[in-house]
Order: sequence, then structure tokens, then C-alpha cells
Amino acid sequence: MIAKRITRRKIVDKLIASLALLSVIIAIIPLVGVIVFVTSKGLSAINLEFFISLPKPPDEIGGGIGNAIQGTLILIGLASMVGIPIGVLSGIYLAEFGDNKFGSLVRFIADVLSGVPSIIMGIFVYVAVVLTTRSFSALSGGIALGIMMIPVIMRTTEESVKLVPNSIREASMALGIRRWKTIVFVVLSTAKSGIITGIMLSIARIAGETAPLLFTAFGSDLWATGLNQPISALPLVIYKYAISPYANWQAQAWGAAFILVSIVLILNIVVRFMARGRYRR
Amino acid sequence: MPPSSFLFGKKRSKRIRKFLAGDSIFKNLTLIFALSVLALALLIFYELYSRSQLSINEFGLGFLTEIKWDPVHQIFGALPFIFGTVTSSIIALIIAVPISLGIAIYLSELSPRRLRSPLSFMVELLAAVPSVVYGLWGLYVMVPWIRDSLEPFLESILGFLPFFQGPKFGIGMLAGGIILAIMIIPTISAVSREVMLAVPDTQREAAFALGATRWEVIKIAVLKYAKTGIFGAILLGLGRALGETMAVIMVIGNRPQISLSLFEPAYTMSGVIASEYIEATQELYLSALIEIGLLLFIITLMMNIFARLLVWRMMRMFRGAKE
Repeated sequence: MIAKRITRRKIVDKLIASLALLSVIIAIIPLVGVIVFVTSKGLSAINLEFFISLPKPPDEIGGGIGNAIQGTLILIGLASMVGIPIGVLSGIYLAEFGDNKFGSLVRFIADVLSGVPSIIMGIFVYVAVVLTTRSFSALSGGIALGIMMIPVIMRTTEESVKLVPNSIREASMALGIRRWKTIVFVVLSTAKSGIITGIMLSIARIAGETAPLLFTAFGSDLWATGLNQPISALPLVIYKYAISPYANWQAQAWGAAFILVSIVLILNIVVRFMARGRYRR
Repeated sequence: MPPSSFLFGKKRSKRIRKFLAGDSIFKNLTLIFALSVLALALLIFYELYSRSQLSINEFGLGFLTEIKWDPVHQIFGALPFIFGTVTSSIIALIIAVPISLGIAIYLSELSPRRLRSPLSFMVELLAAVPSVVYGLWGLYVMVPWIRDSLEPFLESILGFLPFFQGPKFGIGMLAGGIILAIMIIPTISAVSREVMLAVPDTQREAAFALGATRWEVIKIAVLKYAKTGIFGAILLGLGRALGETMAVIMVIGNRPQISLSLFEPAYTMSGVIASEYIEATQELYLSALIEIGLLLFIITLMMNIFARLLVWRMMRMFRGAKE
């Protein structure tokens, strides 16, 4: 009797263990599927012209997504100008002065903001900026993406500033250096690599955002001419081409997706290795 | 206590105060930026609220229960979109929760130590793939598979239920739910794993000492304690599913209807905003779209606040237990 119960318990144990392993495998299938399809279908669409030329109408062969790559780079630059200063400075506040009720509130709101759907940021900037200036623009796209960078940069900055040992602060202040100088020149330079990791992570996260850009950057078939003009971006081109009925546009969507996925995955892997090096030390 | 606290005490001489002027400027500068994050959250709410006034005044609460969406006759009801968003998210949860819990259990309790970090990294990468790329893959790879294999299969074994009847397009509610499930698995599994790792080892050791098998340890010592946090993780995943836009737009069919069949096309709240705002030239049309956005904002905000509170409270409880 007892032996029977023990075997049954062992069988249940094995069963659960294999179910758990099975779920890991099931979850990884789509990742592998996306990478395999994007690579195999994307690589065949890619050549030099694809990288450097403008899109062509669907009935003409050729054309490229040069302006979308340019647009994505410009948008990331603009977003960084919004997201990095706000994120880093408020992160410093949380780490150095935020050990109180107000700090917890800010931390909490930042966490909650990072869970707000990106499309909401899109409508917000559409209502607040695009409708006010009466034009879609690169600038409004940059603002929408920049807002989305803030929570990530803020929390990673806080974490890495807190990791700096107090003895370093004490040593600096014992030399008579003021607190703000200690923070800016001593603490920040120690926490630098962590903050950079956070910034790269946030860039990886916004590089593929589409929904907010629909309302703001809008997309364009031309090279970027000014920040107050609509601008193209990789995710916008992927969306436009993917839902189009033309075979050569669909093929180019896979090519653009290959470039975008490569950028995002490489950023993530680099971040991973940077973070690992830091924790080992 | 920070090392410099004596400098910030109540009693300071004039010289020290002067010396510290730079400090207070710096502190206030960072404070302003921290405040701007709070201001941003309020501003988002205010902008959406004031821009949807027109529609709120016109339709009132009836907006939530009206089934018609007819821009030509200026009749706007959000019900089909609320239905689409909620149903597709529920399908996603039904698929994603068991798989995510399996992943979390495997990664926190069962996997060999060497595999632990590469496997969690791969699951995290799932979250890094842009939504529009999932949409592209979903439209050209997953939808044909659903149309040719999954839907005929479901119909043959569960066809007596109204959920699995009807024309098999591939594109539809089912496809939307599945793509959402793929996208929320990383969120739910990562947070649940973190919560399970936070359960003190003494709990596990006690259960093992009583002769429990690994599964029994997970059941009595880990899952029971991590329950609240896991619930929080599921809510975070739900919040993500409710607001997800691009991948769903590309596979769900975008037709404002309420149908029992999961094979039929549907339309989500985020979907209607993204695909119709450009046609919304009349004030009322745009205002109705923004009101849908406001609803979505409030729902996801509530989800997130509630979920974070649960996860936070649990983590704090364990930190207390560990010390």
C-alpha cells in the first residue's frame, strides 16, 4: 500500500517536471519561428540598394528602405534627448534623496507608466503636440518615444547608483568635496556602465515601437528634410508593407523586419554581457 | 542613513549653509525632474479627458453599452471593441497562464543551474521582439497554420460548441488571442519566477525535511506562498494584453461585431484607435476614439496599480521573513 502511494507520488512529480520543461519548449518555439522566418525571408530581400535607396511604387521592381533606417536613427536620437536627461536625473533623485514617501510615489508611478500601453502615449502626443502644431512631425515622434524611455532609464539609473558603495561617497566627502560634486563626478562615473546599459535597453525597447509612431511620425516616402516634417521609420514601413497586397512590398517587409530584429536582438545581447560583467565584479 | 546626514541636520552655521548651496540646487534640480514624471502621468489623463469631453457629453454611459459604430450617422458605441479587447485577452490568459507558470516553476525550482540563466534570457528575448514583427509573422506564418490545421482540428473535436463553428479564415479572434498569448508569456513568467525565487529557502527545506517530493515542495511551500505575487504577475500580463496594438491589428480582422465564434473577425479598442484616427475628421468621431483611449488608459492603469501593489507587498513580506 505505502509503496504504491510512494510510486504514485513519484510519478506525479516526474509528470509535473516534464510538463514544466514542455512549457519552456512551447514558449521558445515562437521565438525560434520568428527568427527563422525573418532571417530566411528577410535575407533574400536584402542587397545594397535596399539599404540606401528610397521606396518605389509597388509596380516597380527594386527600391529600398534607406529613408526608414535614417528615420529610425533620427527618432532614436530625438527620443534620447527627451528620455535620457529626465530619466537619469530623476533616477539620481530616487537613489540619493528618494528614501521617503515622495520617492516611493515617484517610483510607483514610473512602474505604472511603464505598463501603460504604447498606443496611449501615441494618442497623448497626437492630442498634445500634433493637433496643436497641426502637423505630423519627427519631433512629435521623438517625444512619444522619449516618454516611453523615461521609466526604464529611471529605474536602471536608480539601481546602478545605489550599487555604488557608500565608502566611495564617504571618501570623496572626506576630502571636502561637496555632495553634488561627489554625485556628479564620483558616483556617476562609477555607476556609468550601469546607466549606459539601461539607456541601451530602453533604446532596444522603443526601436520597434509602431503604435505611437502612427499618430506622430506618420511615415514618409522621402528622405527626412526637417524635424517638423513627417518622417519614415522601420516599424512603420514593416506595417505598411505587410498589410499591402503587393508581393514585392511584402518581401521588403520581411527584409525590413530582419534589420529591425537584428538591431533589437544585438542591443539586448550586448546589454546582457555588459550587465554580467558588472555583477561579477 | 547617508554618511552626510550631519551636514543636513537642523542646526547649521551660515558658512556651512553657503557651502551647501550647490547641494541644494542640485537636489532641487533632480527633484524637478522626478516631479515631471508625476506631472506627465497627470497630463496624459487630463489631455485625454478634456479631448473626449464632446463624446462623453453626447453619449454618457451609453457609450459603453451601445453596439453600433456608425461614423456616417455619428453613432458611436464602444461595446464591440470592449468585447474584442476583453475576449482576446481572456483567450490569451487561458493559453499563457499555464505555460508561464510551467516556465516559472521550471526556471526557479527544477532546471539545472547551468541552464537557468540562458533559458530565462531566451524567454526574455521573446519580449524584446517588436510587436509589428510578431504581426508580420502572425499574418504570414501563424494565420495560414490556424486556417489549415488548428481551426479544422478544433471544429472536428469541439465543433458542437458555438465557439468553434463558422467560416475558417484563419484571421479572427482566435488568432488575436494566440498572438497575444505569445507576447504576454515573458511578462507573466518573468515576474512569477522572481516572486517564486523570493520565497525563503527555509520553507522549501522544511517541506523537503518532511519527505515531500519536488512537486509537493513546490505545491505546499512555494506556490502557496507566492500566490499573491503570481496573481499580480497575471494581472501585469493582462494589462499588457489589453493594450497591445500592432500584432493584434494585423491578425484579428478588424470588424466591429460581437460573435460567439472564435473563428470570426473582431476588433479591439487599441485597434480601432490606430486604424481609424486618420479618417476621424469630424470632431465627434475623433472625440469618441479618444474616449476609447481614455477608457483603455484607465483600465490598464488600474490593472497595473493593483498588480504592482500585490507584487510589492509580497516582496516586502519576504524581505522581512528573510532577515
